[in-house]
Amino acid sequence: MSPGNNRIRCALPLASFDLQVDLALPQRGITAVFGASGSGKTTLLRCVAGLQRPHDALVQIAGQLWQDDQQEIFLPTWQRPLGYVFQEASLFDHLDVRGNLQYGLQRAGGTADRAALDAVIELLGLERLLPRRAHQLSGGERQRVAIARALATQPKLLLLDEPLASLDHARRQEILPWLERLRDELHIPMLYVTHAADEVARMADTLVVLKEGQVAAFGPVAEVLTRIDTPIVLGDDVSALLDGVLEERDERWKLVRARFAGGSLWLRDTGLALGQHVRLRILARDVSIATEPAQHSSIQNSIACTVRAVASDAHPSQVLVQLDCGGVLLLARITARAADALGLVVGKAVWAQVKSVALVQ
Amino acid sequence: MPLSFSPSAADLGAILLTCKLASVTTVVLLLLATPLAWWLAQTRSRWRAAVAAVVALPLVLPPTVLGFYLLVSLGPQGTVGQFMQSLGLGLLPFTFGGLVLGSVVYSLPFAVQPLQHAFEAVGQRPMEVAASLRASPLDAFLTVALPLARPGFVTAAILTFAHTVGEFGVVLMMGGNIPGQTQVVSTQIYAHVEALEYTQAHWLAGAMVVFSFAVLISLNLFNARRTRVVL
Repeated sequence: MSPGNNRIRCALPLASFDLQVDLALPQRGITAVFGASGSGKTTLLRCVAGLQRPHDALVQIAGQLWQDDQQEIFLPTWQRPLGYVFQEASLFDHLDVRGNLQYGLQRAGGTADRAALDAVIELLGLERLLPRRAHQLSGGERQRVAIARALATQPKLLLLDEPLASLDHARRQEILPWLERLRDELHIPMLYVTHAADEVARMADTLVVLKEGQVAAFGPVAEVLTRIDTPIVLGDDVSALLDGVLEERDERWKLVRARFAGGSLWLRDTGLALGQHVRLRILARDVSIATEPAQHSSIQNSIACTVRAVASDAHPSQVLVQLDCGGVLLLARITARAADALGLVVGKAVWAQVKSVALVQ
Repeated sequence: MPLSFSPSAADLGAILLTCKLASVTTVVLLLLATPLAWWLAQTRSRWRAAVAAVVALPLVLPPTVLGFYLLVSLGPQGTVGQFMQSLGLGLLPFTFGGLVLGSVVYSLPFAVQPLQHAFEAVGQRPMEVAASLRASPLDAFLTVALPLARPGFVTAAILTFAHTVGEFGVVLMMGGNIPGQTQVVSTQIYAHVEALEYTQAHWLAGAMVVFSFAVLISLNLFNARRTRVVL
Protein backbone atom coordinates (compact mmCIF):
# COMPACT_ATOMS: atom_id res chain seq x y z
CA MET A 1 0.00 0.00 0.00
CA SER A 2 1.55 3.28 -1.04
CA PRO A 3 1.80 6.15 1.44
CA GLY A 4 -1.03 8.61 1.16
CA ASN A 5 -3.54 5.89 0.58
CA ASN A 6 -6.85 5.97 2.38
CA ARG A 7 -8.30 2.59 3.09
CA ILE A 8 -11.22 1.65 5.30
CA ARG A 9 -12.02 -1.97 5.92
CA CYS A 10 -14.49 -2.82 8.61
CA ALA A 11 -16.39 -5.91 9.72
CA LEU A 12 -18.90 -5.78 12.56
CA PRO A 13 -21.92 -7.95 13.27
CA LEU A 14 -24.99 -5.79 13.96
CA ALA A 15 -28.43 -6.77 15.20
CA SER A 16 -29.97 -7.80 11.87
CA PHE A 17 -27.01 -7.94 9.48
CA ASP A 18 -23.23 -7.73 9.29
CA LEU A 19 -21.49 -4.50 8.43
CA GLN A 20 -18.93 -5.47 5.81
CA VAL A 21 -17.12 -2.63 4.08
CA ASP A 22 -13.85 -2.27 2.22
CA LEU A 23 -13.22 1.09 0.56
CA ALA A 24 -10.27 2.92 -0.95
CA LEU A 25 -11.14 6.58 -0.46
CA PRO A 26 -9.92 9.25 -2.85
CA GLN A 27 -7.30 11.71 -1.55
CA ARG A 28 -9.75 14.57 -1.42
CA GLY A 29 -13.33 15.49 -2.15
CA ILE A 30 -16.56 14.26 -0.68
CA THR A 31 -17.35 10.59 -0.57
CA ALA A 32 -21.06 10.33 0.16
CA VAL A 33 -22.18 7.29 2.12
CA PHE A 34 -25.74 6.83 1.01
CA GLY A 35 -28.34 4.36 2.17
CA ALA A 36 -31.67 3.93 3.89
CA SER A 37 -32.01 4.44 7.66
CA GLY A 38 -30.46 1.55 9.50
CA SER A 39 -28.20 0.46 6.66
CA GLY A 40 -25.11 0.89 8.84
CA LYS A 41 -23.95 4.33 7.64
CA THR A 42 -23.47 5.91 11.05
CA THR A 43 -21.95 2.73 12.45
CA LEU A 44 -19.38 2.79 9.67
CA LEU A 45 -18.47 6.37 10.54
CA ARG A 46 -18.19 5.54 14.26
CA CYS A 47 -15.90 2.63 13.45
CA VAL A 48 -13.65 4.85 11.37
CA ALA A 49 -13.50 7.32 14.25
CA GLY A 50 -12.75 4.61 16.80
CA LEU A 51 -15.92 5.38 18.76
CA GLN A 52 -17.13 1.87 18.12
CA ARG A 53 -14.96 -1.20 18.11
CA PRO A 54 -15.47 -3.46 15.09
CA HIS A 55 -14.41 -7.10 15.15
CA ASP A 56 -11.92 -6.67 12.41
CA ALA A 57 -10.94 -3.36 10.90
CA LEU A 58 -8.20 -1.63 9.03
CA VAL A 59 -8.25 2.15 8.92
CA GLN A 60 -5.44 3.90 7.12
CA ILE A 61 -5.71 7.60 6.37
CA ALA A 62 -3.09 9.65 4.53
CA GLY A 63 -0.72 6.74 4.84
CA GLN A 64 -1.06 6.62 8.63
CA LEU A 65 -2.36 3.46 10.22
CA TRP A 66 -5.08 4.23 12.79
CA GLN A 67 -6.30 0.73 13.29
CA ASP A 68 -5.32 -2.73 12.14
CA ASP A 69 -6.82 -5.44 14.26
CA GLN A 70 -4.68 -8.08 12.61
CA GLN A 71 -1.58 -6.29 13.91
CA GLU A 72 -3.39 -5.28 17.11
CA ILE A 73 -3.01 -1.60 16.33
CA PHE A 74 -5.75 0.62 17.71
CA LEU A 75 -5.51 4.35 18.22
CA PRO A 76 -8.26 5.69 20.50
CA THR A 77 -10.42 8.40 18.98
CA TRP A 78 -8.56 11.24 20.67
CA GLN A 79 -5.29 10.20 19.05
CA ARG A 80 -6.74 10.08 15.54
CA PRO A 81 -6.33 13.30 13.54
CA LEU A 82 -9.94 13.44 12.40
CA GLY A 83 -12.83 15.84 12.52
CA TYR A 84 -16.31 14.56 13.34
CA VAL A 85 -19.52 16.50 12.79
CA PHE A 86 -22.44 14.84 14.51
CA GLN A 87 -26.00 14.73 13.26
CA GLU A 88 -27.49 16.98 15.91
CA ALA A 89 -25.95 20.11 17.31
CA SER A 90 -23.13 19.02 19.56
CA LEU A 91 -21.60 22.28 20.71
CA PHE A 92 -20.43 22.47 24.32
CA ASP A 93 -23.08 24.47 26.19
CA HIS A 94 -20.64 25.66 28.82
CA LEU A 95 -18.45 27.46 26.29
CA ASP A 96 -19.16 30.26 23.84
CA VAL A 97 -18.51 29.84 20.13
CA ARG A 98 -14.91 30.99 20.48
CA GLY A 99 -14.33 28.54 23.33
CA ASN A 100 -15.82 25.73 21.29
CA LEU A 101 -13.57 26.55 18.34
CA GLN A 102 -10.47 26.76 20.51
CA TYR A 103 -11.18 23.53 22.36
CA GLY A 104 -9.86 21.32 19.58
CA LEU A 105 -7.25 23.80 18.43
CA GLN A 106 -5.57 23.86 21.85
CA ARG A 107 -5.35 20.08 21.91
CA ALA A 108 -4.25 19.43 18.35
CA GLY A 109 -0.74 20.53 19.27
CA GLY A 110 1.75 21.16 16.51
CA THR A 111 -0.56 20.25 13.69
CA ALA A 112 -2.86 23.23 14.13
CA ASP A 113 -2.28 26.87 14.82
CA ARG A 114 -4.14 30.12 15.15
CA ALA A 115 -3.84 30.85 11.46
CA ALA A 116 -5.74 27.64 10.75
CA LEU A 117 -8.55 28.72 13.05
CA ASP A 118 -8.70 32.19 11.55
CA ALA A 119 -8.88 30.64 8.09
CA VAL A 120 -11.75 28.39 9.15
CA ILE A 121 -13.62 31.28 10.82
CA GLU A 122 -13.25 33.21 7.58
CA LEU A 123 -14.15 30.22 5.41
CA LEU A 124 -17.37 29.57 7.31
CA GLY A 125 -18.24 33.21 8.01
CA LEU A 126 -18.33 32.93 11.81
CA GLU A 127 -16.69 36.19 12.88
CA ARG A 128 -19.82 37.81 14.32
CA LEU A 129 -20.91 34.66 16.15
CA LEU A 130 -17.75 34.26 18.26
CA PRO A 131 -19.03 35.68 21.59
CA ARG A 132 -22.36 33.85 21.46
CA ARG A 133 -23.43 30.78 23.34
CA ALA A 134 -24.72 27.66 21.63
CA HIS A 135 -28.34 28.31 22.64
CA GLN A 136 -28.20 31.75 21.00
CA LEU A 137 -27.47 30.26 17.58
CA SER A 138 -29.83 28.98 14.90
CA GLY A 139 -29.63 25.31 13.91
CA GLY A 140 -27.69 26.15 10.76
CA GLU A 141 -25.24 28.38 12.63
CA ARG A 142 -24.64 25.64 15.19
CA GLN A 143 -23.75 23.14 12.51
CA ARG A 144 -21.45 25.66 10.86
CA VAL A 145 -19.66 26.18 14.18
CA ALA A 146 -19.47 22.40 14.70
CA ILE A 147 -17.91 22.00 11.26
CA ALA A 148 -15.45 24.84 11.93
CA ARG A 149 -14.55 23.33 15.30
CA ALA A 150 -13.76 20.01 13.63
CA LEU A 151 -11.70 21.73 10.93
CA ALA A 152 -9.72 23.89 13.35
CA THR A 153 -7.76 20.80 14.40
CA GLN A 154 -6.59 20.45 10.79
CA PRO A 155 -7.80 16.87 10.49
CA LYS A 156 -6.58 14.38 7.92
CA LEU A 157 -10.15 13.15 7.45
CA LEU A 158 -13.48 14.86 8.00
CA LEU A 159 -16.44 12.70 9.00
CA LEU A 160 -19.90 14.22 8.62
CA ASP A 161 -22.87 12.28 9.95
CA GLU A 162 -25.98 13.70 8.25
CA PRO A 163 -24.97 17.23 9.23
CA LEU A 164 -28.11 18.68 7.64
CA ALA A 165 -30.65 16.10 8.80
CA SER A 166 -31.77 18.10 11.83
CA LEU A 167 -32.26 21.30 9.78
CA ASP A 168 -35.28 22.51 7.87
CA HIS A 169 -35.15 23.22 4.15
CA ALA A 170 -34.21 26.89 4.50
CA ARG A 171 -31.38 26.24 6.98
CA ARG A 172 -30.14 23.46 4.71
CA GLN A 173 -29.93 25.82 1.74
CA GLU A 174 -28.06 28.21 3.99
CA ILE A 175 -25.34 25.72 4.91
CA LEU A 176 -24.92 23.80 1.63
CA PRO A 177 -22.88 26.53 -0.07
CA TRP A 178 -20.46 26.50 2.87
CA LEU A 179 -20.01 22.76 2.54
CA GLU A 180 -19.37 23.13 -1.17
CA ARG A 181 -16.72 25.70 -0.40
CA LEU A 182 -15.05 23.27 1.98
CA ARG A 183 -15.09 20.54 -0.63
CA ASP A 184 -13.47 22.83 -3.17
CA GLU A 185 -10.90 24.45 -0.89
CA LEU A 186 -9.78 21.71 1.50
CA HIS A 187 -7.37 19.03 0.49
CA ILE A 188 -8.65 16.29 2.73
CA PRO A 189 -11.05 13.44 2.13
CA MET A 190 -14.52 13.75 3.62
CA LEU A 191 -16.92 10.95 4.41
CA TYR A 192 -20.43 12.36 4.24
CA VAL A 193 -23.25 10.20 5.51
CA THR A 194 -26.67 11.07 4.12
CA HIS A 195 -29.97 9.59 3.08
CA ALA A 196 -30.96 12.62 0.99
CA ALA A 197 -30.57 12.12 -2.75
CA ASP A 198 -30.38 15.86 -3.43
CA GLU A 199 -27.37 16.20 -1.11
CA VAL A 200 -25.65 13.36 -2.95
CA ALA A 201 -26.36 14.98 -6.31
CA ARG A 202 -25.13 18.33 -5.17
CA MET A 203 -22.16 17.50 -2.98
CA ALA A 204 -20.65 14.14 -3.76
CA ASP A 205 -17.66 13.37 -5.92
CA THR A 206 -17.66 9.70 -5.01
CA LEU A 207 -20.62 7.64 -3.92
CA VAL A 208 -20.83 4.62 -1.66
CA VAL A 209 -24.22 2.97 -1.50
CA LEU A 210 -24.73 0.88 1.62
CA LYS A 211 -27.45 -1.72 1.78
CA GLU A 212 -27.83 -3.76 4.95
CA GLY A 213 -24.22 -3.22 5.84
CA GLN A 214 -22.83 -4.20 2.44
CA VAL A 215 -21.41 -1.93 -0.25
CA ALA A 216 -24.01 -2.12 -3.04
CA ALA A 217 -22.13 0.31 -5.28
CA PHE A 218 -18.97 2.41 -5.08
CA GLY A 219 -17.47 4.79 -7.64
CA PRO A 220 -17.61 8.29 -9.14
CA VAL A 221 -21.02 9.74 -8.39
CA ALA A 222 -22.25 10.23 -11.99
CA GLU A 223 -21.29 6.67 -12.80
CA VAL A 224 -22.91 5.08 -9.77
CA LEU A 225 -26.12 7.06 -10.15
CA THR A 226 -26.66 5.97 -13.75
CA ARG A 227 -25.91 2.30 -13.15
CA ILE A 228 -29.03 0.31 -13.70
CA ASP A 229 -27.74 -3.18 -13.01
CA THR A 230 -27.62 -2.55 -9.25
CA PRO A 231 -30.86 -0.73 -8.55
CA ILE A 232 -30.24 2.10 -6.18
CA VAL A 233 -32.88 2.97 -3.69
CA LEU A 234 -33.52 6.45 -4.99
CA GLY A 235 -37.17 5.82 -5.86
CA ASP A 236 -38.54 8.85 -7.69
CA ASP A 237 -35.16 10.52 -7.46
CA VAL A 238 -33.36 8.27 -9.97
CA SER A 239 -31.33 10.73 -11.96
CA ALA A 240 -28.20 11.42 -13.96
CA LEU A 241 -25.55 14.04 -13.22
CA LEU A 242 -23.79 16.01 -15.92
CA ASP A 243 -20.89 18.39 -15.62
CA GLY A 244 -21.06 21.27 -18.06
CA VAL A 245 -20.03 24.84 -18.83
CA LEU A 246 -22.38 27.77 -19.38
CA GLU A 247 -21.84 29.02 -22.91
CA GLU A 248 -24.65 31.18 -24.15
CA ARG A 249 -27.30 33.44 -22.69
CA ASP A 250 -30.72 34.10 -24.18
CA GLU A 251 -31.59 37.48 -22.71
CA ARG A 252 -35.09 37.59 -24.14
CA TRP A 253 -36.28 34.27 -22.73
CA LYS A 254 -34.11 34.28 -19.62
CA LEU A 255 -32.35 31.03 -20.48
CA VAL A 256 -28.73 29.88 -20.55
CA ARG A 257 -27.21 27.10 -22.57
CA ALA A 258 -24.92 24.63 -20.83
CA ARG A 259 -22.56 22.60 -22.98
CA PHE A 260 -21.56 19.12 -21.83
CA ALA A 261 -19.65 16.30 -23.50
CA GLY A 262 -22.72 14.91 -25.26
CA GLY A 263 -24.48 18.08 -26.37
CA SER A 264 -26.16 21.18 -24.94
CA LEU A 265 -29.10 21.90 -22.69
CA TRP A 266 -31.09 25.08 -22.18
CA LEU A 267 -31.97 25.87 -18.60
CA ARG A 268 -33.30 28.69 -16.51
CA ASP A 269 -30.96 31.63 -16.22
CA THR A 270 -30.11 32.05 -12.54
CA GLY A 271 -27.60 34.82 -13.24
CA LEU A 272 -24.43 32.73 -13.23
CA ALA A 273 -21.60 34.04 -15.40
CA LEU A 274 -20.87 32.48 -18.75
CA GLY A 275 -17.87 30.15 -18.58
CA GLN A 276 -18.98 28.93 -15.14
CA HIS A 277 -18.67 25.19 -14.53
CA VAL A 278 -21.97 23.73 -13.38
CA ARG A 279 -23.37 20.40 -12.30
CA LEU A 280 -26.74 19.49 -13.78
CA ARG A 281 -29.16 16.89 -12.57
CA ILE A 282 -31.73 15.26 -14.79
CA LEU A 283 -34.34 13.06 -13.18
CA ALA A 284 -35.13 9.86 -15.08
CA ARG A 285 -38.84 10.69 -14.96
CA ASP A 286 -38.17 13.99 -16.78
CA VAL A 287 -36.64 12.27 -19.80
CA SER A 288 -38.80 10.87 -22.59
CA ILE A 289 -37.56 9.08 -25.68
CA ALA A 290 -38.41 9.72 -29.35
CA THR A 291 -37.10 7.88 -32.37
CA GLU A 292 -36.89 11.09 -34.42
CA PRO A 293 -36.36 14.73 -33.45
CA ALA A 294 -39.60 16.26 -32.27
CA GLN A 295 -40.84 19.10 -34.50
CA HIS A 296 -43.81 20.35 -32.56
CA SER A 297 -43.13 19.89 -28.89
CA SER A 298 -42.93 22.09 -25.85
CA ILE A 299 -39.76 20.30 -24.89
CA GLN A 300 -36.79 22.39 -25.95
CA ASN A 301 -33.98 20.08 -25.01
CA SER A 302 -33.57 17.18 -27.37
CA ILE A 303 -30.30 15.25 -27.42
CA ALA A 304 -29.15 12.56 -29.83
CA CYS A 305 -28.03 9.41 -28.07
CA THR A 306 -27.95 5.64 -28.29
CA VAL A 307 -29.64 3.08 -26.07
CA ARG A 308 -27.03 1.44 -23.86
CA ALA A 309 -29.22 -0.76 -21.68
CA VAL A 310 -32.83 -1.34 -20.72
CA ALA A 311 -33.65 -2.63 -17.26
CA SER A 312 -36.83 -3.37 -15.40
CA ASP A 313 -37.87 -0.80 -12.80
CA ALA A 314 -39.47 -1.08 -9.39
CA HIS A 315 -42.97 -1.33 -10.88
CA PRO A 316 -43.47 -3.87 -13.72
CA SER A 317 -45.15 -1.26 -15.93
CA GLN A 318 -41.96 0.78 -16.10
CA VAL A 319 -38.45 0.37 -17.43
CA LEU A 320 -35.26 2.38 -16.95
CA VAL A 321 -33.41 3.13 -20.15
CA GLN A 322 -29.74 4.01 -19.97
CA LEU A 323 -28.76 6.36 -22.77
CA ASP A 324 -25.29 7.20 -24.02
CA CYS A 325 -24.84 10.72 -25.36
CA GLY A 326 -21.24 11.20 -26.38
CA GLY A 327 -19.95 9.19 -23.43
CA VAL A 328 -22.23 10.86 -20.90
CA LEU A 329 -24.96 8.69 -19.43
CA LEU A 330 -28.59 9.69 -19.04
CA LEU A 331 -31.48 7.73 -17.58
CA ALA A 332 -35.05 7.72 -18.82
CA ARG A 333 -37.95 6.19 -16.97
CA ILE A 334 -40.68 5.20 -19.43
CA THR A 335 -43.43 2.61 -19.58
CA ALA A 336 -42.54 -0.88 -20.71
CA ARG A 337 -45.24 -0.60 -23.37
CA ALA A 338 -43.60 2.50 -24.86
CA ALA A 339 -40.21 0.78 -24.87
CA ASP A 340 -41.73 -2.12 -26.74
CA ALA A 341 -43.65 0.09 -29.21
CA LEU A 342 -40.50 2.12 -29.99
CA GLY A 343 -38.47 -1.04 -30.38
CA LEU A 344 -35.81 0.11 -27.92
CA VAL A 345 -32.91 -2.30 -28.16
CA VAL A 346 -29.29 -1.80 -27.24
CA GLY A 347 -27.49 0.28 -29.87
CA LYS A 348 -30.59 1.98 -31.28
CA ALA A 349 -30.18 5.68 -32.05
CA VAL A 350 -32.86 7.79 -30.33
CA TRP A 351 -33.57 11.32 -29.12
CA ALA A 352 -33.71 12.01 -25.44
CA GLN A 353 -36.24 14.75 -24.71
CA VAL A 354 -35.40 16.44 -21.48
CA LYS A 355 -38.30 18.19 -19.86
CA SER A 356 -36.49 19.64 -16.90
CA VAL A 357 -32.90 20.26 -15.89
CA ALA A 358 -31.90 21.21 -12.36
CA LEU A 359 -28.79 23.19 -11.65
CA VAL A 360 -27.44 21.56 -8.50
CA GLN A 361 -24.42 23.78 -7.98
CA MET B 1 -40.31 32.51 75.54
CA PRO B 2 -38.27 35.51 76.76
CA LEU B 3 -36.89 37.56 73.86
CA SER B 4 -33.92 38.71 75.95
CA PHE B 5 -32.42 35.26 75.65
CA SER B 6 -28.82 35.14 74.48
CA PRO B 7 -27.29 31.84 73.39
CA SER B 8 -24.78 30.29 75.77
CA ALA B 9 -21.16 29.65 74.86
CA ALA B 10 -21.99 25.95 74.56
CA ASP B 11 -24.79 26.71 72.10
CA LEU B 12 -22.52 28.92 69.97
CA GLY B 13 -19.83 26.24 70.10
CA ALA B 14 -22.34 23.67 68.92
CA ILE B 15 -23.40 25.90 66.01
CA LEU B 16 -19.80 26.52 64.98
CA LEU B 17 -18.95 22.84 65.23
CA THR B 18 -22.02 21.95 63.18
CA CYS B 19 -20.95 24.33 60.41
CA LYS B 20 -17.41 22.96 60.50
CA LEU B 21 -18.62 19.36 60.39
CA ALA B 22 -21.01 20.06 57.51
CA SER B 23 -18.32 21.92 55.53
CA VAL B 24 -15.66 19.25 55.95
CA THR B 25 -18.17 16.50 55.19
CA THR B 26 -19.33 18.29 52.04
CA VAL B 27 -15.81 18.73 50.70
CA VAL B 28 -14.78 15.14 51.50
CA LEU B 29 -17.99 13.73 50.10
CA LEU B 30 -17.86 15.66 46.82
CA LEU B 31 -14.33 14.37 46.26
CA LEU B 32 -15.39 10.78 46.98
CA ALA B 33 -18.78 10.89 45.28
CA THR B 34 -17.57 12.36 41.98
CA PRO B 35 -15.66 9.28 40.75
CA LEU B 36 -18.28 6.97 42.26
CA ALA B 37 -21.16 8.79 40.58
CA TRP B 38 -19.25 8.89 37.28
CA TRP B 39 -18.68 5.15 37.48
CA LEU B 40 -22.35 4.52 38.26
CA ALA B 41 -23.42 6.73 35.36
CA GLN B 42 -21.07 5.09 32.86
CA THR B 43 -20.64 1.45 33.78
CA ARG B 44 -22.42 -1.53 32.36
CA SER B 45 -20.84 -3.74 35.02
CA ARG B 46 -23.04 -6.31 36.72
CA TRP B 47 -21.93 -4.81 40.05
CA ARG B 48 -23.68 -1.56 39.24
CA ALA B 49 -27.01 -2.51 40.85
CA ALA B 50 -25.32 -3.78 43.99
CA VAL B 51 -23.13 -0.70 44.36
CA ALA B 52 -26.10 1.62 43.75
CA ALA B 53 -28.03 -0.22 46.46
CA VAL B 54 -25.17 0.10 48.96
CA VAL B 55 -24.93 3.82 48.19
CA ALA B 56 -28.66 4.19 48.84
CA LEU B 57 -28.65 2.18 52.10
CA PRO B 58 -28.25 5.23 54.39
CA LEU B 59 -31.57 6.50 52.96
CA VAL B 60 -33.51 3.62 54.45
CA LEU B 61 -31.49 2.43 57.44
CA PRO B 62 -32.10 4.01 60.84
CA PRO B 63 -29.09 6.24 61.60
CA THR B 64 -28.62 4.29 64.83
CA VAL B 65 -27.88 1.17 62.78
CA LEU B 66 -25.16 2.99 60.84
CA GLY B 67 -23.82 4.52 64.04
CA PHE B 68 -23.84 1.17 65.78
CA TYR B 69 -21.82 -0.60 63.08
CA LEU B 70 -19.40 2.30 62.77
CA LEU B 71 -18.92 2.34 66.53
CA VAL B 72 -18.33 -1.40 66.68
CA SER B 73 -15.93 -1.59 63.74
CA LEU B 74 -14.02 1.58 64.62
CA GLY B 75 -13.87 0.90 68.36
CA PRO B 76 -10.92 -0.62 70.19
CA GLN B 77 -12.20 -4.16 69.59
CA GLY B 78 -13.26 -3.60 65.94
CA THR B 79 -11.15 -4.63 62.95
CA VAL B 80 -10.75 -1.10 61.64
CA GLY B 81 -10.10 0.21 65.12
CA GLN B 82 -7.37 -2.34 65.80
CA PHE B 83 -5.80 -1.65 62.42
CA MET B 84 -5.76 2.09 63.13
CA GLN B 85 -4.25 1.52 66.56
CA SER B 86 -1.54 -0.67 65.03
CA LEU B 87 -0.69 2.29 62.78
CA GLY B 88 -0.57 4.50 65.86
CA LEU B 89 -3.44 6.66 64.59
CA GLY B 90 -5.70 6.39 67.58
CA LEU B 91 -9.39 5.66 67.64
CA LEU B 92 -12.11 7.57 65.77
CA PRO B 93 -15.20 7.20 67.97
CA PHE B 94 -15.92 10.23 70.14
CA THR B 95 -13.64 12.47 68.03
CA PHE B 96 -14.35 15.04 65.32
CA GLY B 97 -12.76 12.73 62.76
CA GLY B 98 -15.20 10.02 63.75
CA LEU B 99 -18.09 12.44 63.26
CA VAL B 100 -16.82 13.33 59.79
CA LEU B 101 -16.58 9.65 58.86
CA GLY B 102 -20.08 8.95 60.17
CA SER B 103 -21.48 11.96 58.32
CA VAL B 104 -19.77 10.96 55.09
CA VAL B 105 -21.39 7.52 55.24
CA TYR B 106 -24.73 8.93 56.32
CA SER B 107 -24.91 11.61 53.60
CA LEU B 108 -23.37 9.51 50.81
CA PRO B 109 -26.57 9.10 48.75
CA PHE B 110 -27.27 12.84 48.97
CA ALA B 111 -24.01 13.53 47.16
CA VAL B 112 -23.85 10.55 44.81
CA GLN B 113 -27.37 10.59 43.43
CA PRO B 114 -27.55 14.21 42.18
CA LEU B 115 -24.10 13.82 40.65
CA GLN B 116 -25.01 10.52 39.01
CA HIS B 117 -28.17 12.04 37.53
CA ALA B 118 -26.20 15.06 36.31
CA PHE B 119 -23.60 12.86 34.62
CA GLU B 120 -26.33 10.75 33.05
CA ALA B 121 -28.00 13.90 31.74
CA VAL B 122 -24.72 15.04 30.18
CA GLY B 123 -24.64 11.74 28.31
CA GLN B 124 -22.06 10.12 26.11
CA ARG B 125 -22.20 12.53 23.19
CA PRO B 126 -20.21 15.46 24.65
CA MET B 127 -17.49 12.99 25.66
CA GLU B 128 -17.37 11.63 22.12
CA VAL B 129 -17.20 15.15 20.75
CA ALA B 130 -14.33 15.93 23.11
CA ALA B 131 -12.50 12.77 22.01
CA SER B 132 -12.94 13.79 18.37
CA LEU B 133 -11.31 17.10 19.35
CA ARG B 134 -8.24 15.31 20.72
CA ALA B 135 -9.13 15.41 24.42
CA SER B 136 -7.90 12.40 26.38
CA PRO B 137 -10.52 10.72 28.60
CA LEU B 138 -9.29 12.47 31.77
CA ASP B 139 -9.03 15.80 29.95
CA ALA B 140 -12.57 15.38 28.60
CA PHE B 141 -13.85 14.50 32.08
CA LEU B 142 -12.29 17.60 33.64
CA THR B 143 -13.08 20.09 30.86
CA VAL B 144 -16.43 18.81 29.56
CA ALA B 145 -18.20 16.40 31.93
CA LEU B 146 -17.49 18.36 35.13
CA PRO B 147 -18.54 21.80 33.84
CA LEU B 148 -21.65 20.40 32.17
CA ALA B 149 -22.60 18.60 35.41
CA ARG B 150 -22.19 21.80 37.46
CA PRO B 151 -25.87 22.01 38.49
CA GLY B 152 -25.54 18.51 39.92
CA PHE B 153 -22.58 19.64 42.01
CA VAL B 154 -24.48 22.60 43.41
CA THR B 155 -27.43 20.39 44.33
CA ALA B 156 -25.17 17.71 45.81
CA ALA B 157 -23.25 20.25 47.90
CA ILE B 158 -26.39 21.92 49.27
CA LEU B 159 -28.11 18.63 50.07
CA THR B 160 -25.01 17.15 51.71
CA PHE B 161 -24.42 20.24 53.83
CA ALA B 162 -28.04 20.47 54.93
CA HIS B 163 -28.40 16.76 55.58
CA THR B 164 -25.23 16.72 57.68
CA VAL B 165 -26.50 19.66 59.73
CA GLY B 166 -29.68 17.70 60.32
CA GLU B 167 -28.16 14.42 61.41
CA PHE B 168 -28.64 13.17 64.93
CA GLY B 169 -28.56 9.40 65.35
CA VAL B 170 -25.15 8.73 63.87
CA VAL B 171 -23.66 11.68 65.73
CA LEU B 172 -25.03 10.53 69.04
CA MET B 173 -23.80 6.96 68.55
CA MET B 174 -20.36 7.94 67.16
CA GLY B 175 -19.66 11.17 68.95
CA GLY B 176 -21.38 11.14 72.26
CA ASN B 177 -22.03 14.77 73.09
CA ILE B 178 -18.66 16.21 74.07
CA PRO B 179 -18.71 20.04 74.03
CA GLY B 180 -16.25 21.53 71.56
CA GLN B 181 -15.46 18.16 70.05
CA THR B 182 -18.61 16.33 69.11
CA GLN B 183 -21.45 18.45 70.44
CA VAL B 184 -23.43 19.67 67.42
CA VAL B 185 -26.74 21.55 67.30
CA SER B 186 -28.96 18.49 67.07
CA THR B 187 -27.36 16.76 70.07
CA GLN B 188 -27.28 20.05 71.98
CA ILE B 189 -31.05 20.39 71.53
CA TYR B 190 -31.44 16.86 72.83
CA ALA B 191 -29.28 17.73 75.84
CA HIS B 192 -31.34 20.88 76.53
CA VAL B 193 -34.58 18.92 76.44
CA GLU B 194 -33.14 16.24 78.72
CA ALA B 195 -32.23 19.02 81.18
CA LEU B 196 -35.69 20.61 80.72
CA GLU B 197 -34.08 23.78 79.31
CA TYR B 198 -36.93 24.37 76.88
CA THR B 199 -36.07 28.02 76.11
CA GLN B 200 -32.62 27.15 74.84
CA ALA B 201 -34.04 24.17 72.96
CA HIS B 202 -36.61 26.51 71.32
CA TRP B 203 -33.94 28.90 70.08
CA LEU B 204 -31.79 26.21 68.54
CA ALA B 205 -34.71 24.23 67.13
CA GLY B 206 -36.20 27.39 65.60
CA ALA B 207 -32.87 28.27 64.04
CA MET B 208 -32.71 24.80 62.49
CA VAL B 209 -36.19 25.20 60.99
CA VAL B 210 -35.29 28.59 59.49
CA PHE B 211 -31.99 27.25 58.16
CA SER B 212 -33.55 24.17 56.58
CA PHE B 213 -36.33 26.22 54.99
CA ALA B 214 -33.79 28.66 53.57
CA VAL B 215 -31.75 25.83 52.12
CA LEU B 216 -34.72 24.18 50.45
CA ILE B 217 -36.09 27.40 49.00
CA SER B 218 -32.69 28.39 47.60
CA LEU B 219 -32.35 24.94 46.05
CA ASN B 220 -35.75 25.30 44.41
CA LEU B 221 -34.92 28.78 43.13
CA PHE B 222 -31.61 27.49 41.76
CA ASN B 223 -33.34 24.67 39.93
CA ALA B 224 -36.05 26.95 38.56
CA ARG B 225 -33.47 29.40 37.21
CA ARG B 226 -31.60 26.52 35.57
CA THR B 227 -34.74 25.28 33.85
CA ARG B 228 -35.39 28.73 32.46
CA VAL B 229 -31.90 28.97 31.06
CA VAL B 230 -32.19 25.55 29.43
CA LEU B 231 -35.47 26.53 27.83
